[in-house]
Amino acid sequence: MAGPVSFFFEVLFSGLLAGVMYSLVALGFVLIYKASGVFNFAQGAMVFFAALTFVSLVERGVNFWLAMAITLAVMILLGILTERVVLRPLINQPPITLFMATIGLTFFLEGLSQGIWGAQPHGLDIGIRDEPMEWLADRTGMFLSQFDLFASGIAAVLVTVLALFFQRTRIGRALRAVADDHQAALAVGIPLKHIWAIVWAVAGFVALVAGLLWGARTGVQYALTFVALKALPVLILGGFESIAGAIVGGLIIGASEKLAEVYLGPYVGGGIESWFPYVLALAFLLFRPEGLFGEKHIDRV
Amino acid sequence: MLYREAGQFRATYAEDQQIFPLRQDRIGVAALLVFAFVVIPLVGDQYWLSAILTPFLIFALAALGLNILTGYAGQLSLGTAAFMAVGAFATYNFVLRVPGIPILVAFVLAGICAALVGIAFGLPSLRIKGFYLAVATLAAQFFVLWAIQRIGWITNYSASGVITAQNYSILGIPIDTPVSKYVLTLSIVTVLALLAKNLARSETGRAFMAVRDMDVAASVIGIPLMRTKLLAFAISSFYCGVAGALYAYTYLGTVEPEAFNLDLSFRILFMIIIGGVGSVLGSFLGAAFIVLLPIVLNYVVPPVSEATGIEISHAIISNLELMIFGGLIIFFLIVEPHGLARLWQIGKEKLRLWPFPH
Amino acid sequence: MRADATAQQGAGGGTAPATGAARAVGAPILVVEGVSLAFGGVKALQGVSFDVREHEIRAIIGPNGAGKSSMLNVINGVYHPQEGTITFKGRSRHDMVVHEAAAQGIGRTFQNIALFRGMTVLDNIMTGRNLKIRSTFLEQALWIGRAKREELEHRRKVEEIIDFLEIQHIRKTPVGRLPYGLQKRVELARALAMEPELLLLDEPMAGMNLEEKQDMCRFVLDVNEQFGTTIVLIEHDMGVVMDISDRVVVLDYGRKIADGTPDEVRANQAVIDAYLGVAH
Repeated sequence: MAGPVSFFFEVLFSGLLAGVMYSLVALGFVLIYKASGVFNFAQGAMVFFAALTFVSLVERGVNFWLAMAITLAVMILLGILTERVVLRPLINQPPITLFMATIGLTFFLEGLSQGIWGAQPHGLDIGIRDEPMEWLADRTGMFLSQFDLFASGIAAVLVTVLALFFQRTRIGRALRAVADDHQAALAVGIPLKHIWAIVWAVAGFVALVAGLLWGARTGVQYALTFVALKALPVLILGGFESIAGAIVGGLIIGASEKLAEVYLGPYVGGGIESWFPYVLALAFLLFRPEGLFGEKHIDRV
Repeated sequence: MLYREAGQFRATYAEDQQIFPLRQDRIGVAALLVFAFVVIPLVGDQYWLSAILTPFLIFALAALGLNILTGYAGQLSLGTAAFMAVGAFATYNFVLRVPGIPILVAFVLAGICAALVGIAFGLPSLRIKGFYLAVATLAAQFFVLWAIQRIGWITNYSASGVITAQNYSILGIPIDTPVSKYVLTLSIVTVLALLAKNLARSETGRAFMAVRDMDVAASVIGIPLMRTKLLAFAISSFYCGVAGALYAYTYLGTVEPEAFNLDLSFRILFMIIIGGVGSVLGSFLGAAFIVLLPIVLNYVVPPVSEATGIEISHAIISNLELMIFGGLIIFFLIVEPHGLARLWQIGKEKLRLWPFPH
Repeated sequence: MRADATAQQGAGGGTAPATGAARAVGAPILVVEGVSLAFGGVKALQGVSFDVREHEIRAIIGPNGAGKSSMLNVINGVYHPQEGTITFKGRSRHDMVVHEAAAQGIGRTFQNIALFRGMTVLDNIMTGRNLKIRSTFLEQALWIGRAKREELEHRRKVEEIIDFLEIQHIRKTPVGRLPYGLQKRVELARALAMEPELLLLDEPMAGMNLEEKQDMCRFVLDVNEQFGTTIVLIEHDMGVVMDISDRVVVLDYGRKIADGTPDEVRANQAVIDAYLGVAH
């Protein structure tokens, strides 16, 4: 059964599943970008911070769910603080200034998390093993990790919850209004500052989920901050403002990078995963600068 | 009373367009150059020369390169270290493969190689802006390092890509002591800084700033966006490339590709944010700040730790450093977006009025 | 909002009629034929045709959203129309390319000031000379020979423009710190530094007080008379338009509804309806 065709599909599916994990991180970026126009480079540091806080609490004997609740509270606090200390004073500054501020925030969070919890790597067990599913291997000859499948399930649930949150709740509607037009939203009496604090808190929650899944897979360590770098080409591909784009972009990047590594890598010395997504995203940009689902902007002069 | 422009009349446009129109500034710069070229080599000890001053000058040059692109032309780049890597490894290959090549020629050629790579990765800037472009420059960062690590020819098939700078001399004088390396670095950085200052005050600099401030308006008055942006990438990368070459040849001696990682790119970005975006002087101030901060921390923290009885480990100091860097970036962006250079300027303006501030 | 006599007196007072002795209106320098422009479903311009003769002052007027700015953007290549041709100095093309339009001699100011905010007044105006500078960036970096000479030469020219527009006192001020009226003047200076043959002015007097408007009117007329520059301007102040322009094009909802001398246009029923808001 394990012919080249099923091998191809195995690579494809494992790539798609890995892509879901990228989407999860990209989702955090999109949420904040949509609501406040800030490209939050610190999303990766937030993932790291959340995962490290959680795992350190668990290692100190705190109950799993309690640790989760505490970490969530910490992430919400972090979101509110970020809004107050970093974003509010920079209101009306050019987007690139805010972007650089979030790079500063990245360094601050990396220093803070390691300063508090130490720099040593931690293992994280959330009860799902990262091993192939035997029944699937028996039937199709494809080796797919049950952890990947579990992670995709979580991501799917998260995306559904977020979509419902945006569509059905009052806060969600306010968020969408803010995303459309800040001034107009202010004019109809939506408290912008609260909305931004909320959206940063939600992004913190997404970071926690991503941090747990990524941490469980790779261990909780400094390298987790690089996950954000994987999410950037996803954003370019999917557009900064589209949740659907983050999902589809993640899938495309995940699948193509795995396929490239397996089928192209051997010819060029391997390790092309580090840059392939970027080059793919760049090539794509040349044809569609606004991304897959982004809106085309007309410069008015 | 010292810093007065009263009585210094600029009667011609030529006088008004000098590089340093104020007499006090000219004297100040001359004094600084004499101090840097004569006094420091005489009195500076080895540690200061090779561990602080030389890297400071190299980082200032790289920051200047990034400032040309980001500060003047308004194109944010996160791939500075990659262009430095091109400069370092290109120099290595020119010296290795072209027998008898003068080292300065190798530096210039390496800078040109970096400029070409810069142009290649600057091409997306024609279609994309802002953080899309910033992300695109990350492609340069990852791709260039990957290429250097994987293509054995570039590192002459050395294990794990480490290269060791060959011995070299200029006009028969071997450059092998901290003093000679410092003076070489200083000479190159001084010349390139003056050239940058000239560029900034002439048509090229104005075109860069015009593209930065409003690209539609720039093209409406006939500034070709494509050529201007690519020129900014090329000049910027040239500076970064030479800085990278110096990084290998006058500072570290032995470098691996990983030395030019994303973290270095960020550090150089921090230098221009703290020092002053769009300022030649700011590049130097920012580099000094980032080079000195860890050293100051290492001096300051242990006594504090003893005095308060709190044990502060080395790991905590390095994390503290990250937090201070990050915090300062945010602080400067909020409080003084034009950085230390602007504070310096404000100080000078105050000095003009001193001691009668009204 | 009819073009009434008070506005005319207000802003135009003290300016001479626009038929200076020094200039003679010549053959068409610019011909716009059947230009249509749409953004998605929004039709900004529909089959607009008109011409601009050498040395004349041509006004484009119309209610908000009539497509006036879009028309200027088409002429100097910021927007690319779906249909039509633009003939400038005898050369016809489907659309203009922005920096080529500049090289051909089309200068432009914008409705919302488009200055380089981080630069001084002097540097802003100097950028207008960029097309005339021949030295390469290497010569400029070394500050030798041609580069140094050119810098002085163009500085001299720019100073003439600064004198002309009476902005000597602010030449070293960053434009971001200037009041609105002066910024408009600096933008005109930058366009003049290009020594354009055709100057497109997008509401050069919008948001100005009476005195500033009078100054600006005077400058526009002086530019036209002294340099012989052909001017196309968009203006809301009817008094100004009627006073200084030779001929007027009226746009409404992207279509041309009238074209002629100020008096003809003023008497045109379609124009009166458009301004009074008669149902379409």
